[in-house]
Amino acid sequence: MNIIPGGRVAIVDLASMRQGEEGRVVRIEGGWGLQRRLEALGVRVGVKIKKVSGHFMRGPVIARMGNTEVAIGWGMARRVMVEVL
Amino acid sequence: MGNGEKGNGGGPMKILLMGNPNVGKSVVFSRLTGAHVIASNYPGTTVEFTKGYMRLKGKRVEVIDVPGTYTLEPTSKAEEVAVDMLKEAKEDPENIVINVVDATNLERNLNLTLQLLKEGIQVIVCLNLWDETKHTGIEIDAKKLEEILGVPVVSTCAISGEGIAELIKRLSEAKSNTYEYDVEERWTEIGRIIEETQKVTHRHHTFLDRLGEASVRPVTGIPIAFAALLASFSIIRFIGESLIGYIFEPIFVGLWKPVMVKLSAILGSGGFIHDILIGKIFLFNIETEEFIKGVVTGKMVAGSTVMVKTITGELVSAEVTIDFVQSMGLLTTGLFVPFAMVLPYIFAFYLVLSFLEDSGYLPRLGVLMDNFMHRLGLHGLSIIPMMLGLGCNVPGALATRVLETRRERFIAATLMAIAVPCMAQIAMVIGLVGKFGILGLGPVFGTLFVVWVLLGIIMDRLLPGESPEIFTEIPPYRIPYAKALLKKLWMRTYGFLKEAVPYVLLGVFIVNILYALHIIELIGRFLSPVVRGLLGLPNEAVAALIMGFLRKDIAIGMLFPLGLTMKQLIVASVILTMYFPCVATFAVLVRELGIKDMLKSTLIMIISALLVGGTLNLILR
Repeated sequence: MNIIPGGRVAIVDLASMRQGEEGRVVRIEGGWGLQRRLEALGVRVGVKIKKVSGHFMRGPVIARMGNTEVAIGWGMARRVMVEVL
Repeated sequence: MGNGEKGNGGGPMKILLMGNPNVGKSVVFSRLTGAHVIASNYPGTTVEFTKGYMRLKGKRVEVIDVPGTYTLEPTSKAEEVAVDMLKEAKEDPENIVINVVDATNLERNLNLTLQLLKEGIQVIVCLNLWDETKHTGIEIDAKKLEEILGVPVVSTCAISGEGIAELIKRLSEAKSNTYEYDVEERWTEIGRIIEETQKVTHRHHTFLDRLGEASVRPVTGIPIAFAALLASFSIIRFIGESLIGYIFEPIFVGLWKPVMVKLSAILGSGGFIHDILIGKIFLFNIETEEFIKGVVTGKMVAGSTVMVKTITGELVSAEVTIDFVQSMGLLTTGLFVPFAMVLPYIFAFYLVLSFLEDSGYLPRLGVLMDNFMHRLGLHGLSIIPMMLGLGCNVPGALATRVLETRRERFIAATLMAIAVPCMAQIAMVIGLVGKFGILGLGPVFGTLFVVWVLLGIIMDRLLPGESPEIFTEIPPYRIPYAKALLKKLWMRTYGFLKEAVPYVLLGVFIVNILYALHIIELIGRFLSPVVRGLLGLPNEAVAALIMGFLRKDIAIGMLFPLGLTMKQLIVASVILTMYFPCVATFAVLVRELGIKDMLKSTLIMIISALLVGGTLNLILR
């Protein structure tokens, strides 16, 4: 597992990313159905993703890929694994 | 050219507008089509789409605005419809798909484009939102893209109309697929195309971009949401009241009333025909400006002035006249309620709602509400059916289709049918209890809101299953395109008139018959323990409850002549919202939920209506 300076693991789930942090999606931990749903809106392995904002109390995560901005429920965001850049 | 038998069945050639949601598809649509636009449901479903017509080389061509879809592997009901419509259009080789593509999101949009090319239908690509590529720092080589895809690519800015003429000119060049690729390698393929055709430089943030981010971050977003909703309600109220006060009421009172007064006299001031058309006539004290009751010597003829002996024994002079709200005739109340009381608010509401929709605010509101809505067993986007329900419960019930699970659709539909009053009803409640100000309106809408929340929490606890998570695109803020917005506003307002006026007239007719046959009295006496005992309303209020099955607006209108106290008006308004949906909503709900679930939902409605009505009767003074 990569460790980036500051001692944080480089691969984190989208929900745990910090606001404003950018990374690349490396894995989606879910079945074909979830992958297909995420893919339709552009969340798929290989894309650059930026966390715009989170919400209190496990609220949805706002993320941006290119010019697409999406809101992803907290539980779903936990399954999107991102390599922080 | 078209073969008469198959495909279009001898009808005109079809042009399908297909593309991802939020790419300006409907703006392209309204640029292409004339004023004559029809909204219809796809056969066998409740998914709405619009179609219109355009002239192409002297021939009438049908243009269909297909529901937005990200992929041809559908994940929702609306996307299934899009796929079915494509399948149908493929049957006739002359039909064309205009694939509207968001130039600022080329990569994601090309997914659908490549899928469309595999379908073997004639395609032309419309690279829309071209103007927005400038500030987003994107450069696309449209020529190159056309070369690669092997179908025409036209860049447009539908809002300003740029490129639309070119698009129409090149429609005949639309072709079916010549582009070969391996389906498994779709994204790699798209990556290759992007590399060859698109250059991204620095993005300049605009004011709308910043506002966009501020309104989804909780700290800034929640105050913005409050401000937006407050502004919306103020605007609706201002427009609604102004239209009534300056246009509709003066027209009815100044022009229509004298005609009705004359007609009343011609029809003999009474009798069956008179009562159906004109309704009851009243005594109006000119000095105190109020309706009075009393004994009149001689015949009451509308338009004349008579001496009235009141209950207290006084003799006062009063004018015999009709009253648009209380008379209950087809030509008086039957027209006044839908046109002069409800229509202005419907118009104002849909103007504001269409603006919120087209500007891209609603998904942001959904995101902000997500946490809260999860407590009600729903997710944030279910706020959209609720908002639509405030206009009319029918489209609200249809919009529950965007929700993923059966459980969610049940909760959303039930909550809406019970606690979300439609604009027709809201307008009438304002007319009825608005004179008490916040003291009257507060308890009505406050109670409904509390019921909405509590019932949601209860259903979330009792129904097995969990609420799925929100997953939605948040489109950038855009300034709505006036022509498309007005078209939508017209379609919705006209839709209201087409649906409401016949039902209101039918309702007024039925009420008159029921009164004439003394049936309402009978039911009133029968239901007296509930209506009088539990709810504290007079037996006559039963007539309004019966009418509420048909139309809620006219039902509330029937409370006017009963001389109810403020408390009774509040109880009656709340009950009329909760106990049962109007027949149009009921029909849609049966289709959406199925008979069994609808019965469950109905049971919840009646029980909660009686509980809440009884409680209000006890605690209000």
